[in-house]
Amino acid sequence: MITKRIIPCLDVKNGRVVKGVNFLGLADVSSPVSLAKYYSDNGADELVFYDITASAEGRALFTDILCQVASTIFIPLTVGGGINTLEDFDRVLKCGADKVSVNSGAIRNPSLIGEAAKRYGDQCVVLSADVKRVDGVFRVFAKGGRENTGMEAIEWIKRGVDAGAGEVVVNSIDTDGVKNGFDIEMLQQVCNAVSVPVIASGGAGGIDHFTQLFRAIPTIDAGLAASIFHFGEVAISDLKNELYKQGIPVRR
Amino acid sequence: MIAIVDYGVGNLFSLKSSFLAVGADAVVTRDAETLRSADKIVLPGVGAFGDAAKKLRDSGLAQVVKEEAKKGKPLLGICLGMQMLLEKSYEYGEHEGLGLIPGAIRPICETIPEGYKIPHIGWNALHFPAQKHPVFQNVKEGDHVYFVHSFHGTDCADFTAATTEYGGILTAAVAKDNVIGCQFHPEKSGPVGLSILKAFCNL
Repeated sequence: MITKRIIPCLDVKNGRVVKGVNFLGLADVSSPVSLAKYYSDNGADELVFYDITASAEGRALFTDILCQVASTIFIPLTVGGGINTLEDFDRVLKCGADKVSVNSGAIRNPSLIGEAAKRYGDQCVVLSADVKRVDGVFRVFAKGGRENTGMEAIEWIKRGVDAGAGEVVVNSIDTDGVKNGFDIEMLQQVCNAVSVPVIASGGAGGIDHFTQLFRAIPTIDAGLAASIFHFGEVAISDLKNELYKQGIPVRR
Repeated sequence: MIAIVDYGVGNLFSLKSSFLAVGADAVVTRDAETLRSADKIVLPGVGAFGDAAKKLRDSGLAQVVKEEAKKGKPLLGICLGMQMLLEKSYEYGEHEGLGLIPGAIRPICETIPEGYKIPHIGWNALHFPAQKHPVFQNVKEGDHVYFVHSFHGTDCADFTAATTEYGGILTAAVAKDNVIGCQFHPEKSGPVGLSILKAFCNL
């Protein structure tokens, strides 16, 4: 049986992991390479690296780091942040990324999804959407969640999948950072609407939230989180043992 | 030396890194002589079967890979590279494979009921027949590996070296003597995957 994936997400700025980390036993807690190896060795099913750098120097540094990470870990690696063109796809895929996630770049230029899927295959293109309720309607936000695009989220996600996105990451702005659980209502609607894997993001505060997620939405494929893993609040091995005990299939 | 065949599809960086990680001397090459002098050959592949098979033929390397495999040199096909070991593929039309292992590639959706997501993406468990191929000697029944595919091997029951379950039984690996194919990605399958690559290097 296919397992539910647990995915830590690392934000990288100027070659360093930001938001800090709090592990014991890691010499350099903000080195993307040592963190990636730590997660890879400790049961992460996949890693997401997000480039939040704005400058060209930072981007070059990110690309460099990515090559080092990709030659260190042997699990799937998804890269996002600053992906606006096919050249950006090319740049990160050449470094060893397996999948590329597009967000604002696809909002600005929706044909990017189809062009990338055609060139690199659907499995390579991940549509990442930041979604927030506005007057009771799910809306897509751009620019790291700062700008309401006015687009209805489920329609936008369906359009992205039709164009060739092979996976969808749904980040609920409403639950992000609140640590009160994933946005089950929003995620359920996305799962009902598309037939490609859906990855839940935003709101995980503890092990129970993952159990709730996979129980409530049997068709969801993965749970993504950042700070609870980085700060050692949840160890991936503990999380997986608990999911296993609850009868949820995981790789251990 | 392990020669990874570069015929212009996909990025072979991670694959090379994973062989280096298990202590192998691996090169990425499009040179026929290098393939002939290598101890073992790895045939990778991503994308569509028709395109990839054409590129492999046009590069002239299809013939070399076939000859070397027939001489008994260990050959490992990965993902689309595994699919190309078979005789045929029905991915958008009908395409010729290398024909090193009997069988045909068909859409997963013809094997499994509706309601399962396609592609089959993620970590799934391997199941082995009674007689395990030596490349899987360090892999346990039920160990997980990483899959990304929408098509799989059919009519290859006699040469199925591992299966996985996804609404039905899918072909996860094929093997015929020195020719082995993994539908999953050993280079993305953590320690289990690396153990397969290491066992291949030791064949």
